[in-house]
Amino acid sequence: MRKRKSAEGIERLTAQANRFAEITKRRFGFAYLVFRLNPASLLGLIIVVAIFLSALFGPLALPYSPNKTNAPERFEGPSSTHFFGTDKYGRDIFTRVLSAARVDLLIALGSIGLAFLIGTAIGALAAYFGKAVDAVLMRIMDMIKSFPQFILAMALVAALGPGVRNLIIVITVIMVPSFARMIRSRVLSLREMPYVDAARTSGVPWWKIITAYLIPNSLGTMVVTAALNVSYAMLDAAGLSYLGLGVRPPQAEWGTMISEGTSQLLSGRWWISVFPGVALFLAVLGFNLLADGLRDIIDPRMRR
Amino acid sequence: MSPLLEAVDLVKHFQVRGDVPFLSKTVHAVDGISFAIEPDRSIGIVGESGSGKTTIARCLVRLYKPTSGDVLLGGENISTRSGVRQLRKRVQMVFQDPGGSLNPKFTAQRIIQESLLHLRVARRREMKTMAVELLRQVGIQPSDCKKLPHQFSGGQQQRIAVARALAPKPDVLILDEPTSALDLSLQAQIIGMLVALRKDLGLTYVLITHDLAVVRQLCDQLLVMYLGKPVEAGPAPQILSHPQHPYSRALIGSVLKPDPSGRDLEPPLRGEIPSPTAPPSGCRFHPRCPECMEICRTVDPEPRAYGEITGWCHLFEGGRRRSTEAREIGLEKNVETSSEPSVSGEPRGKKGEIDA
Amino acid sequence: MTAPVVEIRDLNVRFFTYYGVVRAVNGVTFSVMGEETLGIVGESGSGKSVTALSMMGLIEPPGYVAGGEILFSGRDLTRISDDEWLRLRGAEITMCFQNPMRALNPVMKLGRQLARVHMTHNRSSVSEATERAVTLLKEVNIADAERLMGRYPHQLSGGMCQRVMTVMAMICEPRVLILDEPTTGLDVTVQKQLLHLLRDLRERTSASQMLITHDLGVVANICDRVVVMYGGRVMETAGVEAIFDNPRHPYTVALLDAIPQVDSQTDLTPIPGTVPEPLHLPSGCPFHPRCTHAMPICSEDMPLLFDVAEGQLAACHLFSKEGTGVATS
Repeated sequence: MRKRKSAEGIERLTAQANRFAEITKRRFGFAYLVFRLNPASLLGLIIVVAIFLSALFGPLALPYSPNKTNAPERFEGPSSTHFFGTDKYGRDIFTRVLSAARVDLLIALGSIGLAFLIGTAIGALAAYFGKAVDAVLMRIMDMIKSFPQFILAMALVAALGPGVRNLIIVITVIMVPSFARMIRSRVLSLREMPYVDAARTSGVPWWKIITAYLIPNSLGTMVVTAALNVSYAMLDAAGLSYLGLGVRPPQAEWGTMISEGTSQLLSGRWWISVFPGVALFLAVLGFNLLADGLRDIIDPRMRR
Repeated sequence: MSPLLEAVDLVKHFQVRGDVPFLSKTVHAVDGISFAIEPDRSIGIVGESGSGKTTIARCLVRLYKPTSGDVLLGGENISTRSGVRQLRKRVQMVFQDPGGSLNPKFTAQRIIQESLLHLRVARRREMKTMAVELLRQVGIQPSDCKKLPHQFSGGQQQRIAVARALAPKPDVLILDEPTSALDLSLQAQIIGMLVALRKDLGLTYVLITHDLAVVRQLCDQLLVMYLGKPVEAGPAPQILSHPQHPYSRALIGSVLKPDPSGRDLEPPLRGEIPSPTAPPSGCRFHPRCPECMEICRTVDPEPRAYGEITGWCHLFEGGRRRSTEAREIGLEKNVETSSEPSVSGEPRGKKGEIDA
Repeated sequence: MTAPVVEIRDLNVRFFTYYGVVRAVNGVTFSVMGEETLGIVGESGSGKSVTALSMMGLIEPPGYVAGGEILFSGRDLTRISDDEWLRLRGAEITMCFQNPMRALNPVMKLGRQLARVHMTHNRSSVSEATERAVTLLKEVNIADAERLMGRYPHQLSGGMCQRVMTVMAMICEPRVLILDEPTTGLDVTVQKQLLHLLRDLRERTSASQMLITHDLGVVANICDRVVVMYGGRVMETAGVEAIFDNPRHPYTVALLDAIPQVDSQTDLTPIPGTVPEPLHLPSGCPFHPRCTHAMPICSEDMPLLFDVAEGQLAACHLFSKEGTGVATS
């Protein structure tokens, strides 16, 4: 027990708690409070929103086309006409970075979305039916998980070939096991809840128990995992593209842009690699911080 | 006429992980019980942990499949799919943890509607009105019907659970510790509601509990269980006031009455309940029984009638209860049978079926 | 029953949460006398557990003691330092928690857990402490004490764990032993064994016992005095016979009428309404929305504890100058 608070201390705390109470009464009050009180997660939210918006609207607003070459303007440093400079083909890097945001977001969100759906189905079924079903499904998940993530990705891309669509498939496959595992453990504990028994005695069929009773009550933790995994997916996508195994040129993508620019670093043309790198860093950071904030909202909330 | 619901030689074992890898242990949750539930004779099943009372309840609603034995609904076996569907309409259950028995994502109304829908009680158009009406019957206002479970108090949650159970208009309601999770001041409310509902709707209750006071309020018949086996059965007031089986005596003698003048702290029973994975031989109670005899160690007692009571104990012979020098447990000193036996010591029916 | 060992005066404990201020304990006053068994009775939200925790110095932020004092051994426990708490806790004031299986360290042998408590406060050696533990276990009729020392909590039943935890709390001969719902969750036949153990301990040592429970049967059989709490306040304090035979506060009266009994099937009179949530306590007397004797003043002012009989106090406006002083049962 800490030292007892003074009377003024108590008054301050009371006033603060009352203010909070006013906020939490409103619909998304608690979420709002979390972001207010945890600046890091607010930063994450801002970054993510910024990336979304710029990815959606950025390339439309800018005069340059991301892929059109423009030889006379090649290798220009950052300036007022080219915010991030130009690359060796004379393309405006700023436009390319924003355009790449689209691609990377698409890949990351797409693959995580798919992995979420598939992983949830697998995990829920495994947990609900147990025994043989559980054993088989989980061993498959284990097999995927036991490969070093990136090596497996490379192998799969080598087999399927490069391109955005294949990249999404590959990353989905890699990400499914972690979703499956999370949902499985959650459903395993929820399965014993009285409301599941009650559903059975009310005649609810098994598939509805899974979809309406078990999964909706597991979504909380899943959303947090998803947000976190988006950042990993983005790194995977960029990494693969960096190695030339991902997105095909001339498609703008952060990884490929970084790779294209490495050869120029020694010549002093740093802007070609650094800007896409910073963009990638910010994106990953943003989603991580956002995931933090989401976790605070979802987790049992009784703390100060 | 055939009883509403009947358990015949019900046995339920569970396999659990043993201490040694690859060797599983068997939990003898219920090891042979038969009883019948007649209309308007509510029965209470009491016992401590490991007695098997909750397992029996879950077998009766088919949440568990019995290892052996049958559950009969109106004389018919319910192990077929259509049998189970019939069962669900006529036998419903209210669970122990009121908050946990409601889906946190469903509104009160939706919870009732689920029951109506899947048990095909009503057409879609009528479901909403029926749900609201059912909730009103248990004291939940129509304006509250769209609330989520966590917005209700524990007592209200329990009411919603009862309303859900009543949706298909069942004949039998199985209540698993309906008041254990509630505050004292609310217990009387729920008990009152249950008494009223039973009268209005013609229900028969099967009450599973360890709280003998609640049994007194709601039940006509009583079945005492110990470690998966029945021990004593008969009219509730009689057993509660004059228990005959040594375990029943210990159990009822352990109840702490809210009356400081009758203080008694002498524990009627020493030791602990053995694990259901290794039940004692012969009569399961023999290691702790203050009146244990030689035969108790080896022979599992057959049911013997004793007035209106049936007891599973070697002390009951020829319709009389033998006394030993064991210390009496604060009840009547005279152990001789107080009423003429209606049957001369032969078990009724097969394997001791009791008319509940 | 001699002089008071612990005196709690007007204790106020508040929790400052995102949803507002939770006034868990709201002006609670009572004393624990020497060599007595005091029962604290209350439903959920009554503040009984928080009171006990504050007596042990276990209130952590977002909770704070916002007022009042807890007098023990000439000190105000609400103002002492963490160091002083380390010396007091476990040695002079101890507590047994709910859920015995979970309150013991699952990865440490019981013998070691017991010995450590003694060693921490008495600077004894391992063998001395172990010997003392075994002696105490044997004194309270726990069979096979030596074997027990080598076991882990999960190998014991709930009742056994509870008894071990009680011994652990007594090993340093405290002056006050607080037990939070010791019989909840135990089988009925085991409950009596535990109460027998507590009575035994009371007779051997001079420690006072404070028993927190919602089970009036437990209270009737083992307590000397009773404090009835509701909504963070004390409603009534009296000797155990007085509480059951002659309750004065409307809440106590209503409660006794509403609990089912084993030996009779009289009609229960339920108390209407529900227990208030600590976040939204009614104004004035917390019981007034459900009270059959409610008067206008009850929703405005909180009643003080009035003397209603020898050694009996009730916090109700019925007993103030304005009231009639009668709460019929």
